[in-house]
Amino acid sequence: MGLLSDPHCRRALSRLVLRLNTPLCALSYVMGLGWFLALAFQPLAPRTYMSENAMGSTMVEEQFLFGERALSYAREFAGHKKKAGGMPVAWLEKTMWSLGLEVHRQPFARTLPFPDETRERYMVKGTNVYGILRAPRAASTESLVLSVPCTEGPHNNQAVGLMLALAAYFRGQIYWAKDIIFLVNEHDLLGMEAWLEAYHDVNVTGEVRSSGTLGRAGAIQAAISLELSSDVVTSFDVAVEGLNGQLPNLDLLNLFHAFCQKNGLLCTIQGKLPRSDWDSLPAYAHSLQTLLLMVLAQASGRPRGDHGLFLRYRIEAITLRGINSFRQYKYDMTTVGKTLEGMFRKLNNLLERLHQSYFFYLLPSLSRFVSIGIYMPAFGFLLLVLILKISFLGGREAGEGQAAPSGPGMDSRPGLLALVPPLLICQAAGLALYCLPVLGQRVATQHFPVSEAEAVVLTAIAIYVAGMALPHSTHRVLAGAGSDRGWMTLKLLALLYLALQLGCLALLNFSLGFLLAATMVPAAAAVQPNGPRVLLAVLLVLATPAATLLLGIFLQRELVEAPAAAGEGWQLFLAAVGEGLLQHHLYGALPFPFLALCAYPAWLLLWNVLFWK
Amino acid sequence: MAAAAAALLLLLLAAAAGPGRVGAGRARRDALREELLLSPLPAGDVAATFQFRTRWDADLPRGAVSHYRLFPKALGRLVAALGVQELHLALTQGFWRTRTWGQPPLQAPAGAELWVWFQPTVTDVDKAWKELSNILSGIFCASLNFIDSTNTVTPTASFKPLGLANGTDHHLLRYAVLPREVVCTENLTPWKKLLPCGSKAGLAVLLKAERLFHSSYHSQAVHIRPICRDASCLAVSWELRQTLTVVFDTFSSGQGKKDWSLFKMFSRTLTDACPLASQSKVYVDISPKNKEKELLEVTPAPASVYEAIVQGDKRTYAVYDLLSPSLFNTSRSLNVQLKWKRPQDTELPTPVLHAQRYVSGYGLQTGEISTLIYNTHPYRAFPVMLLETVPWYLRLYVHTLTIITKGKENKPSYIHYQPAQDRRRPHLLEMLIQLPANSVTKITIQFERALLKWTEYTPDPNHGFYVSSSVLSALVPSVIAMKDVDVEQSPLFTSL
Repeated sequence: MGLLSDPHCRRALSRLVLRLNTPLCALSYVMGLGWFLALAFQPLAPRTYMSENAMGSTMVEEQFLFGERALSYAREFAGHKKKAGGMPVAWLEKTMWSLGLEVHRQPFARTLPFPDETRERYMVKGTNVYGILRAPRAASTESLVLSVPCTEGPHNNQAVGLMLALAAYFRGQIYWAKDIIFLVNEHDLLGMEAWLEAYHDVNVTGEVRSSGTLGRAGAIQAAISLELSSDVVTSFDVAVEGLNGQLPNLDLLNLFHAFCQKNGLLCTIQGKLPRSDWDSLPAYAHSLQTLLLMVLAQASGRPRGDHGLFLRYRIEAITLRGINSFRQYKYDMTTVGKTLEGMFRKLNNLLERLHQSYFFYLLPSLSRFVSIGIYMPAFGFLLLVLILKISFLGGREAGEGQAAPSGPGMDSRPGLLALVPPLLICQAAGLALYCLPVLGQRVATQHFPVSEAEAVVLTAIAIYVAGMALPHSTHRVLAGAGSDRGWMTLKLLALLYLALQLGCLALLNFSLGFLLAATMVPAAAAVQPNGPRVLLAVLLVLATPAATLLLGIFLQRELVEAPAAAGEGWQLFLAAVGEGLLQHHLYGALPFPFLALCAYPAWLLLWNVLFWK
Repeated sequence: MAAAAAALLLLLLAAAAGPGRVGAGRARRDALREELLLSPLPAGDVAATFQFRTRWDADLPRGAVSHYRLFPKALGRLVAALGVQELHLALTQGFWRTRTWGQPPLQAPAGAELWVWFQPTVTDVDKAWKELSNILSGIFCASLNFIDSTNTVTPTASFKPLGLANGTDHHLLRYAVLPREVVCTENLTPWKKLLPCGSKAGLAVLLKAERLFHSSYHSQAVHIRPICRDASCLAVSWELRQTLTVVFDTFSSGQGKKDWSLFKMFSRTLTDACPLASQSKVYVDISPKNKEKELLEVTPAPASVYEAIVQGDKRTYAVYDLLSPSLFNTSRSLNVQLKWKRPQDTELPTPVLHAQRYVSGYGLQTGEISTLIYNTHPYRAFPVMLLETVPWYLRLYVHTLTIITKGKENKPSYIHYQPAQDRRRPHLLEMLIQLPANSVTKITIQFERALLKWTEYTPDPNHGFYVSSSVLSALVPSVIAMKDVDVEQSPLFTSL
C-alpha cells in the first residue's frame, strides 16, 4: 500500500497513467481478450472431479431392466395423447396411481403479454400431473424431481414412458431416503414455472393462475429434466445454463458424466463431443468453440431446458436430451434407465444440499472446467480499461482545475447542473424502451398492419433507434454547454456508470458481462467529440447492445456449423428480441430490463459525448 | 374413571363391552395384557399395532415398593424418584400419511416426542425434566439428552392428562420434540427388554428388527399413567403401555400382490402366548367398507368376531385368542393370512380431519410457514386446537399471522403466544380455530432466519434445520353416539 499512500509514488503513478494512458488501455484490452482465449487451453482448465463425499467413491449397482416396459408405456402414452389431443391427464393419473404413487394434478392458466409467434400461443391453459413416491420411514422433508415436458406432436413420448418405468421400478425399492416427484409438465417452461411457484407458494412473475393446494414433499434437493424422442439414442446432450445464466452445482454435472462413463454412454455438451487429445491446435479450437457456445448461451440468459427455472429456488437441476443421430452404435432404454437410476440413487445418498463444488464455472468440454478464479481476470482486464480511462479523465480535470484556478467564470462550473438533462433524457429513453413496446402494442396494431408480436418487436427497435437522435435535442436544453470540460465530465460519468454496471453484471452472469465489456469498452474508451467523428460513430454503433446481440446470433450459428444468411440472421434477431421480452414477463429473466434500463442509457450517454457541440 | 381419550387427537370413543376375559392375574398385584391389531389401510398397506400393557396395583411414588415383578424396575424407579405423574415417550421413524391411511391408532410426530406431567409435589419442574430426559436418553439409547430449554415448551391448552389427575396445572407439564432424531434398532432393543417376556415368547417374537425396519412407518412408544384400581376408584394403579406401530408397504415387499400373512410381514409365526400374560390376542380388522360385501378373507377362520366403535366408525374384528388351547390344536403355529377378495377401488375415503404443513418461499433470508387443515365433514363444523413450536432461530413475525378459510379471515377464539428468547426458549403458539364444514383452512406466518454463531450450526449445516411438527387436537364429530364403556374389559386399542 506504500505505493498509494506515499505522495511521491502516487504522483509518479498518476503521471504514468496520464502519459501512457492510451497504450496502457490498449494493452489491458488485448490482455483481457487474450486471457479469455487462453481459457480453453488445457493448463487453465483442470479436470472435473466429484467434490461431494456422499456421492463419491462408491458406485451403485444399477438393476433397472425394464427398457421394454418403458417403450410400451411410451406407445400407450402416445396413443392416449393423440386421442386426447393434448396431455392425457386422466390416463397419466390412473397409470401413476396404479404404480403406487400419490398423484396430484395442477391446472394452470396464463395469458401472455403478447402472442408468442414462434410457439403459437397466447392464452395458455394446461395441466401438470405429478406423482410422489413417498420414501419409507422419512418425514417428507426432502425430495428429488424427475420432470418430463409433455410437448405437442410426437415428441418426448419415450421420456414419459421411461419416467413411468423408472417410477414403477423405484416404487419397489426400499432404500429411498428422499421422496421422488415424477412430474409431467405441459407447455414446457410455462407449466414448469406454474408448478414451481405453486409448490413454493410464491408468486414471482405475476399472473399465473393455478390451483392452490398441492401435495408437497419438502425441500427439493435436485431435479433432472428428461427429453427423449426416440426408442434408441446415440448420445446424450446435457444442458446446464438456466434462467439469467444461473448454473447448477458442478457436482450434478460430474455425477452425470460419471454415470455416462460407467455405462459407456456418449455424452456431449453444447452438442460437442469431448476430444481425447488436448495438445493439438484443432483440439484447442474445438474446446474454444465449446466454450464460446457456452458463453453465448449463458449470456442470452434464457433457460436451455426445463431445468432452468429450478435454479432460482436453489434447486440444482440439469436437462438431459437424448440424441438419435446417424452414428452406428445405439443405446437402448435399459442403458438410459440405468444411468438415471444410478444418478437418482446417488442423489438419494446426499446428506446435504449440493454445495461442495463450484457454482460459477465455464466448460470447454464436459470433463474440464474453468473456475471463477481463473476466468474473472479476463473480465478484470477489460474493466481495467475503463478504470484507467476514468482516472485519466479525473486526473485531467483535477489537473485543469489546479492549473487554472481563476479561470473564466462561465467555464468553471458548466458541470453538474448542465449534465442533468442528458442523464435524465437517456434514462427516460431507457424507461420508454422498457415500458412502451408492451403497453403500446394495441395502439400500434390499430395504426399499422402488423400483428401484436411484430408490433412489440418493431416498437422496441424503433424506440431504440430513435434514441440515437436524442443528442441533437438535448443540446437545445443545454445552456452554456460546448466546452471541453462539459463533455469530459459527461464521459467520466458515462464511464463510471458503465464500469459499475458491468462490474455488477459480471458477478451475476459472467458471460453477458464479458460480451458487453468486450464490445462496449473500446468504443467507450475511444469516444470523444473532436476526432474522426464518422469512424467513432461507426465504432459506437457497432458497440451497441443490439449490435452485440446480432453479432452473437451470427457467431452462434457459425459455431454450431449452420451459418445464417443475412436475412435469416435478421429474422433470428427479431425473434430473439421478442423472446427476450417474453422471457422477462413470463419468467422474470433479467437481460432485457438490464439492457433497456442500464446498458442502453449508458450507451446513449456515450453517444451524447460523441455529438457534443 | 379413566378418560377414554386418545393421545393427541381427542376423540369421542365408544366401545361395547366385549367378551373380555377377566385376567387370571387379578389376584396377583400386577398383570400383563398383550395384543396385536392388524388393520388393512385404505391404500392397500397393512398397519400392525402391538400393545403391551402392564398394570400394577401399587402406589409407586410413595417409594414403598422394593420388589418388582412385571413392571420394569428402571421405569418404576424413575417414576418414583422424579415425581412423574404421567409420561409419554414416542420414537417415530417415518410419517403417518393421514390422507391415504386414515387416522392412526396412535399419534406420534416424526422423531422423538416426550411429554410429561409432574406431580404437584415436585418443586423444581425444570430440574426434574432435565434429569428425566437424561435418564430416558440412557434407557432408550436415544438423543433425548438434547432436550433443553430451547426446545421445551409448556403448552396451556393442547394437552390434558390422560390418566387420573386432580388438577391440570400446566406448569407441571413439559413437552418437547426432537424432529431430527433417527430411530433404529438401538432404540428397539431397550424397548423390547422392558417387556416381561422379552422377545422370547408371546406376540413379541414377531418383533424382529430386520422386518420391522423394512417398513414404511415405525413408531414405538411408552406411556405411563395412573389409573383407577377398580370401579369405585378409591385407590390408584399404575399402567405402563408399550406400543409399537409399523406399516408394511404392499409395493416394496409384495411384488404387486396385496395379500398378507404374519409370516410375510414378520418372517415369523406365533406359537404361544407369553406365559406371564393374562391376555394375549390378535385382532384383525375385517370391517366391510361402504356396507358392501367383505373385502377381506382371513384364514384360519377366527374363533370369534368382535364389534367395536373406534374413532367414530363401526368396525368388525376377527379375534384369535392365543391363550385358548383350541387355537394350536390343528397346527402348531398361527399364521394369520389376509386376502383381498376384489381389486380395490381407486377412490380412497378421505379422513374427516387431516393437515399438511410446509415452508413456502425461497432464499436464505425469509420464509413462511403454512399449515393447511382440512375438514372434509359434509355438514359439521368443529374446533381444533393448534400448537406450533418453532425454534428461536426462526424469528416469527406475529403480525403476519393470517388464518384464512374459504377466502375469508377466520378469527381464532383463543390465542396463546409466548415469544422466543434467543438461545433460551422457542416460540410457542396455541390457537383454537373453528373449522367450518367441508373447508380448507390456511394458516400462514412469516419468519426471518436469524444469524447463528458458527458453533451453533448443527453438523451438516447445508442439510437444513428441522422445525418440529405442530400438534392438532380436535373433537372429531362422529355419527355414532357415545356409550358408557367399561374400559377395563374392552380391547386395548379402543382406549388411549
